[in-house]
Amino acid sequence: MRYAETGFNLEVDLSRGNIERVETDPRLTELHLGGQGTAGKILWDRVPPEVEPFSPENLLIFSTGLLHSTPVPGANRTTVDTFSPQTNMYSHSLFGGFFGPELKHAGYDKIVLRGRAPALSYLWIHNDKVEIRDATHLQGKGALETAALIKEELKQPEAQVAAIGLAGENRVFMATIEHANSSASRGVGVIMGDKRLKAIVVRGTKDINVARPAELFAISNPMYRAIYDNKFCGDTMAHEDDEEFHVNNFAWGNARARNVGFWNKEREERWRGITEAVRLRWTGCYNCPKDCHQAIKVPGKQTYFQKCYSKLTYAMAAYEEIDFNYDFLAVTQEYGLDGFSTPQVLAFAIELYEAGILTDEDLPDFPESGGDRFYYLVELVVNREGVGDALANGVYHAARQIGKGAEAYDHNSMKKFEQVPLKLGMINYPYFLMYATGEKMNITQIEGSYPQVAIADKEERQKFVDRWDAAPERFKKWFLEWEPRTHPTVEASVNICDWNETMHYIDDAIGTCAFLSSFRGQFGGRPPYHIYNLPEFISHATGRDVDSDALWEIGKRNRNLIRALNIRRGLRRVDEKPPEDHWKKRDPEMETKLLSEYYKFKGWTQDGIPTRETLDGLGLDYVSEDFLARGILADSAGE
Amino acid sequence: MTGKDKNEKKIVKEIRIDLDKCIGCRACEVACSAFHAKPRYSSTNPARSRIRVIFDDLNDVYVPIRAGDYTPSECTGRHTYTINEKEYKECSFCGVACPARDYFKEPDSGLPLKCDMCESEPPLSEPMCVQVCTCDALTYAEKEVEGAQVESREEMEVGLESMANKYGWQKVIDAVARMSNKG
Repeated sequence: MRYAETGFNLEVDLSRGNIERVETDPRLTELHLGGQGTAGKILWDRVPPEVEPFSPENLLIFSTGLLHSTPVPGANRTTVDTFSPQTNMYSHSLFGGFFGPELKHAGYDKIVLRGRAPALSYLWIHNDKVEIRDATHLQGKGALETAALIKEELKQPEAQVAAIGLAGENRVFMATIEHANSSASRGVGVIMGDKRLKAIVVRGTKDINVARPAELFAISNPMYRAIYDNKFCGDTMAHEDDEEFHVNNFAWGNARARNVGFWNKEREERWRGITEAVRLRWTGCYNCPKDCHQAIKVPGKQTYFQKCYSKLTYAMAAYEEIDFNYDFLAVTQEYGLDGFSTPQVLAFAIELYEAGILTDEDLPDFPESGGDRFYYLVELVVNREGVGDALANGVYHAARQIGKGAEAYDHNSMKKFEQVPLKLGMINYPYFLMYATGEKMNITQIEGSYPQVAIADKEERQKFVDRWDAAPERFKKWFLEWEPRTHPTVEASVNICDWNETMHYIDDAIGTCAFLSSFRGQFGGRPPYHIYNLPEFISHATGRDVDSDALWEIGKRNRNLIRALNIRRGLRRVDEKPPEDHWKKRDPEMETKLLSEYYKFKGWTQDGIPTRETLDGLGLDYVSEDFLARGILADSAGE
Repeated sequence: MTGKDKNEKKIVKEIRIDLDKCIGCRACEVACSAFHAKPRYSSTNPARSRIRVIFDDLNDVYVPIRAGDYTPSECTGRHTYTINEKEYKECSFCGVACPARDYFKEPDSGLPLKCDMCESEPPLSEPMCVQVCTCDALTYAEKEVEGAQVESREEMEVGLESMANKYGWQKVIDAVARMSNKG
């Protein structure tokens, strides 16, 4: 009997139309738990580094988390893993909603897609019955519209759908996969489009066994109230009308300049009015009491869903008034475009036009206002028309394709990927490390357990530490010593980066939402799930007892395996450079030291490669053997 | 019927549903299926839940409904209700286990499910779905009404009747007789 998991993956070859239900190795669950961890193992085994992302040999994997479909509240994030044409590296994203639990009830832990469908298709999974169906009639349809049309066509109102919009169909690199109130970004939608898969539709009615049901239910049930009452978790900023934080701290335009002072009481008041007028309701994800997603209805446009980050990012990128944002999101959500990178790509095009690099020949009848320009550009991008064909490849590639000095305007990408448009004053040690070394490409997927700011008042600081159940002891000591506007020590910085990323690797294996754990320790320090209470949930669900140390070890194993995927595709120390202007004041000597110390702490070579000792110690012998065979590691296994 | 029966007082348990408060998280489905699983809590399968959230997210329809009676034939279901400019299909408010849809049927046997307000020994403070509904879309109330007690039928009887409706009483009786002889 397999507990908490189904023990089966669905293997689909879209080229040949072959569908198989394949039993998985329970040992892999012990080693990696599930989700991103076991997906990483499949990518390692089956996608050698020679495989181009736009190749039928590339895999696109949808993974449930180990705790999906158990009573544990807030376990609902589905991971999507593949290789990205933008970075030529590992690509990973997650989406909430209802998809993962439904897939598990259909009897599968993962969907592993390979090949490329001969024509636009969708996959229909109804328990044991799985078929690839024609989707040519859905060509060009919006992502959520597609979901509604398929449910109608199949007469399956209860089915869960993950779909791409026009952006994904046209292999736009910023394409998302949209599902209910959530979306997956960071380079996975483009691969779904390359595979000519318009949607995956799931309906599942089977049971999932857990090892100790009564015990698991007993600790899960109080979590509803604990999560609901905890004001430090969920998407806390989504509910605020005071957008000062985002508007003042994030750079406007193409990640170009901060616009401090734009936000004021008058705008806040008007923003509240606008938002209340378009909001239908707050919605939540499967079995979670937090309502993080707004359902938005702009007159004349289709309903869409939104989280805090995209609230004003398009308006800021376009230098537009706040009224612009909800209207424009209605367009981008249906096309299926990522709200992090797309605003920067569109703003980048405007910068190039203003610099004379793009001309009226490239952009005939280019409108005057930022907002109108965004509407104009987004059409070019999603249809890959004219200069939109280059822009659809993201800022890094577009800059090089356009040339004529456009490279200089690519100032906010790292590892060829657009970063969050944060331009700050003084370098921050732990953040330098998180940006430089993260495999998940977006800082929000790396940061989150250790507080972002120190507490000035010593008494308050002590109080904070006293109730800081989520933190290992060493962090309490460092936090108590941390004075505002000072840097944590190198040792502390390395550990902070390590703790932050480890918690994400755990969440992304078991499927718990980062808003309830890995992202939510940094403000308030009281995430409902943490390294000390998660083991009990996992142990009761699976029947295999893990403690905090063992769980940390699994996070470390997954982190190193994912690292190895990128190392094998060529990632090295030289690539681990946050954008030059990310901080105004840099400290090259300290940055070198930080990176060296971090690598040492991680058991990696000074080039950022996990050593043989590290890999073998984690049971990743097959990785070290491969590294030796390829000459990535030398026989001495050391530096 | 005697006069005494007529004036008998009974407690009616109610679950009140506020559609505007529902966030569509389906915790009610999870908790209900867990409580009614055998052994208890051994499964959290919404397909077995006796409360379901009717979803139509593009039209902002989120309606939790409780499983009611079983019916062998579907109704015309032709009404469309418009409430505050939103359209609801008649089925969205109907808790009947009927052939027109998959709600409130055991996924394995197809037998109907019915909400029992989590009647149990010892009794719960509130039905499970209400307990986990932190946003208060579901709330619990008890009220005293006068009237004769209606004998509530056991789950098995409801199931048996639906079998009989499908196959005819004689077939069911024959099968039961044959199988119990074997046992």
